[in-house]
Amino acid sequence: MATEFHNLQELRHSASLANKVFLQRDYSDGTTCRFQTKFPSELESRIERPLFEDTVKRLNTYYAEAEKMGGQSYLEGCLACATAYLIFLCMETRYEKVLKKIGRYIQEQNEKIYAPRGLLITDPIERGMRVIEISIYEDRGSSGSCSGSSSTSGSSAR
Amino acid sequence: MSAVMMTRKVRKWEKLPGKNTFCCDGRVMMARQKGVFYLTLFLIVGTCSLFFAFECPYLAIHLSPAIPVFAILLFFFVMAMLLRTSFSDPGVLPRALPEEATFIEMEIEATNGNVPAGQRPPPRIRNVQINGQIVKLKYCYTCKIFRPPRASHCSICDNCVDRFDHHCPWVGNCVGKRNYRYFYLFTLSLSLLTIYIFTFNIVHVVMRSVNSGFVKTLQDTPGTVLEVLVCFFTLWSVVGLTGFHTYLISLNQTTNEDIKGSWSGKNRVQNPYSHKNIINNCCEVLCGPAYPSVLDRRGLMRDDLSVPTSAAEPATNSNPVPQTTKTTAPLIPNEHTPDDAKPSMADAAIAHAEKRSPSPREDKLPTLPKSSPTPTKVPPLASPETDAEASIIAKDKAL
Repeated sequence: MATEFHNLQELRHSASLANKVFLQRDYSDGTTCRFQTKFPSELESRIERPLFEDTVKRLNTYYAEAEKMGGQSYLEGCLACATAYLIFLCMETRYEKVLKKIGRYIQEQNEKIYAPRGLLITDPIERGMRVIEISIYEDRGSSGSCSGSSSTSGSSAR
Repeated sequence: MSAVMMTRKVRKWEKLPGKNTFCCDGRVMMARQKGVFYLTLFLIVGTCSLFFAFECPYLAIHLSPAIPVFAILLFFFVMAMLLRTSFSDPGVLPRALPEEATFIEMEIEATNGNVPAGQRPPPRIRNVQINGQIVKLKYCYTCKIFRPPRASHCSICDNCVDRFDHHCPWVGNCVGKRNYRYFYLFTLSLSLLTIYIFTFNIVHVVMRSVNSGFVKTLQDTPGTVLEVLVCFFTLWSVVGLTGFHTYLISLNQTTNEDIKGSWSGKNRVQNPYSHKNIINNCCEVLCGPAYPSVLDRRGLMRDDLSVPTSAAEPATNSNPVPQTTKTTAPLIPNEHTPDDAKPSMADAAIAHAEKRSPSPREDKLPTLPKSSPTPTKVPPLASPETDAEASIIAKDKAL
């Protein structure tokens, strides 16, 4: 989170927020955490489709790994129950470990791929695991290419 | 206007909307009404204390010392489960930030098309297909999100809760995805404890009566009478509740869905979340992964407030104060949006009408005039839907 802010500060010096795109959840498999891989039209000019889809698919695999019902999660559940869940006070759950991995992955993707293209991915956990928020930045110096300038497209659509 | 801008760090729980109370600097999260929870605590602790005081010394000597030991273990387990259920986040979904809310509104507009003036717009529903079944996702006017499947809005806590089961006044909290297993284990272990105490009360009275007579036994251990009374009434309710939840778990249903009859089988509607196998269903609910809280309660955020240095004048606002109060939730007039952790990205003003004086934000124009379009589009009859479906009244079932 602190590093993300740092990226943001760098972006802020030379870029202004133009728009935000929200990737919604894909519920076709049930309530497990998955995001739609549909490529938003606003990003068409900013990033190549395979790169974007790769990121989202990778995130989906991480979430699937966190929520997987298998031997390890059952063992963790039973052990925790036997200790009246007091073990969670000192131990990190598997889900939390995977969430940290996801945080590091998003940070790495932002630094390597998205920030150079003027985009920023927000970790879904900060949005209640409902959406993947992608912020689109425009260069402050550039003119005319801004869509809706510094306001989100809410007001312009009205 | 002379005013001093002060920035201080606050914990995010202080700015969370909704009607929860927080303790221990955000570590504990409960509903506002806690009276019945205190009663639960009193009954459990009181009855067990009487048991340890009156029955255990006699039974430890005359039967086995394992009896009080097991009772103590069971008591601690019950208390641990109760406190875990009551104090943890049930799976509250944070409300949409202004940009997300606007994005969703635009999508809704695009789907609904142009509605002629004077006509009520169609209800905001999104259809998704889950395991071959069409499930309708409803829009929550308070939280400004399309509720995920199985989520519901609790009107008592004023939050959308994921996999909402019910709001339990006995534990003083909602029961949802994150604390359902603790709730179930609480009812199960409490049933066992009640049966245990009840049984050994009877055993103790019988054993003592053989030696001293029935009336004298009751005079020697007056606590027994109280315990038997409490246990007798508790047994019927708690054991019944445990049985009911065991049934729900085996079918992978929530109380909310059961009451509404969502998967009752009419129109060939079946539960798309069930694995069709009792063992798998039980394993998923009870031994599944421990979901983390998505509410960052103890995170730090900046809170800008201006302290007017001139006495008479209130803080100047570049944004009108009513900006947050005229949102699309007419039922909840004092709702305020949570502060964004990255204020440079936030385009909406933050006014905490409840707790603090409004803060002027010179750099933030009301770029999201969510007041102007939305009240005209929101049908007045649609909002009570969020409350009506959250309250556990079987209106739908009766239909």
